[in-house]
Amino acid sequence: MRGPLGIFSRVGGRQDLGRGAAFWVAFAIVALGLVAFPLFGSAFYLSNLANFFVYVPMGLGLCLLWGYGGILSFGQAAFFGISGYVYGIVAQNLSLTPGASLLGVAAAILATVIVAALFGYFVFYGQVSAWIIPLLTLVLSLILETFMAQTAGYQWRIGHVLLGGYNGMTGIPSIQVGPLEFGGASIALYLLTVIAMLLGYLGLRLLVNSHFGYVVVGVRDDVERTRMLGYNVARMQVTVFALAAGLAGLSGVLYVSWGNYINPSSMGLYAATLPVIWTAVGGRSSLIAVTLSTVALKWLADSLAVRGGEYAFLIMGALLLATMLFFPAGIVVSLNRLWRRARRQAP
Amino acid sequence: MNVPYIVSLAYQYADNLAFLLLAALGLMIILGVIDVINLAHGELIMLGAYTTTLAYHRAHLPLPACVLLSFIGVGAFGMFLERTVIRRFYRDKLGALVATWGISLLLSQGMLLFLGPSLIAVPLPEWTLSYAGYSFGGYRLLLFGASILVVLLAWWIFYRTKFGVRTRATMQNPAMAQALGVDTRRIYLYTFAAGSALAGLTGGLYAPTTTIVPLMGTTFVDVAFITVVVGGGANPILGALTSSALLASISAPLSSVFGTFMGRIGLLLTALVIIRFLPRGLSGYFQDLQRRRMAGARS
Repeated sequence: MRGPLGIFSRVGGRQDLGRGAAFWVAFAIVALGLVAFPLFGSAFYLSNLANFFVYVPMGLGLCLLWGYGGILSFGQAAFFGISGYVYGIVAQNLSLTPGASLLGVAAAILATVIVAALFGYFVFYGQVSAWIIPLLTLVLSLILETFMAQTAGYQWRIGHVLLGGYNGMTGIPSIQVGPLEFGGASIALYLLTVIAMLLGYLGLRLLVNSHFGYVVVGVRDDVERTRMLGYNVARMQVTVFALAAGLAGLSGVLYVSWGNYINPSSMGLYAATLPVIWTAVGGRSSLIAVTLSTVALKWLADSLAVRGGEYAFLIMGALLLATMLFFPAGIVVSLNRLWRRARRQAP
Repeated sequence: MNVPYIVSLAYQYADNLAFLLLAALGLMIILGVIDVINLAHGELIMLGAYTTTLAYHRAHLPLPACVLLSFIGVGAFGMFLERTVIRRFYRDKLGALVATWGISLLLSQGMLLFLGPSLIAVPLPEWTLSYAGYSFGGYRLLLFGASILVVLLAWWIFYRTKFGVRTRATMQNPAMAQALGVDTRRIYLYTFAAGSALAGLTGGLYAPTTTIVPLMGTTFVDVAFITVVVGGGANPILGALTSSALLASISAPLSSVFGTFMGRIGLLLTALVIIRFLPRGLSGYFQDLQRRRMAGARS
């Protein structure tokens, strides 16, 4: 469908759950509710919610990469961390210059995309088997964590910013645009995370329903066939990988703006696992499912962490294993299928 | 360059080689035969180390008996895993990877809750050899010997026994092997058990050399993953041997000059370059070479 209305039919296209008027009405109500929430909610709730929403772009990136592109990656946390650290270095060094934080955001996301594209070049242009990417991205995360963990001490500094070793980098300024500061408990940051989440979802939904999106799915379903149809598969995969990394980078920037702090464990083993858990448990074939599961599981993990982090990861591991065994398509996607089947059988 | 220096380099090389080989061989055999990556491999190594440590301190068994117990115990646990989980994922290879990752979280966190943050390690047997001012750990040399023995044993099973023939047939063409009467499910079960047992053995052997903590698996798997990626699954034994021989020649000098971390970075960069040009790893490359030579001989 061409014309100005074409974009609407495209966003609502076949490559995701939730089509038809009922879904969009519900979506609009939830979106309006989220935007209007600062009118009722206290700063404490806003800050907590912002902390959950921060991770949605990272989860959506993996959903695009794994669910639509067929590429499983444990690298989202690595890109999240790279972005957070780069932002911290740039914004803190230039803290007296106006507009420094925006420069920091640009530098951070650019850095993640460049690292991802370089990494992707080696991996995808070799046309490797599917299992190699999760392994190498996991190793990348572990190595970055080990590297950052040993950067304690005065000799490890860039400009006048200390990298901080295992204790992490502190005193990172929040994003600031003119007089507006996007700090941890501010309404501005809350709204920014809501906008990032909603635009991320809608933008990716538009993308997966575009020609490009169909080719991405084509690569997932049959690499050889797509190559024979004349598409440059490797370039496609590098692009999707870098896009997913950029979304993780967006999450990383939002996170340091929220907490003014980042440490190496944000790139470690468990951090690398979380996006995979969100995507698998929600249902990797659906952007909306992953959006929901990212927020829900982040909330669950935080509530569990209050009672000791060991239980949180034990339960996350059990959840992941149970999902893979009993709902391999993901819990939200499976529930949606059940519901549709029930509705079809009802008179 | 004098002789003692070269001897000391060779010692470091052998030490690195043994570590890579023992960490990766089990993983690689499972990949080669079943075409599944077991992300819980590191936690199986951890279980092996815990078994040895507990058997040593609580049951007062001699170290070799403890290591044997790790080998058998973790092998049996692998059999249990194959039966309950892995078997369901033979059609969904990435699914297997994610599911084993869930297992890995359960094992490491479960162990943390069950036995606490660390155990007192088994004392390292204090055999040292001195040569021209350098001293070499005897136990390290023993580990090198053990790694070579394990490879020889695996080679013998693969190429000199009936089970090995059936396994290689299953690798080449599962449907055909099944048609000829090979019980491929049983081959997969035993292969997974053997790969797990090797992880247990590695954990047991290295238990006296490291701190025994629930997350110790990760120190083994990051290098194991790189070794597997560089070796490829086309021929697990040849792949493991050539890949660890190559990688040890990179990590040994780098880590002795710049530290362990630079050694790891060097390994990751090597892996990236290798797969750019040899996507199926070294063993895939050798397989292609052999096929080409055979095709050449025929024409």
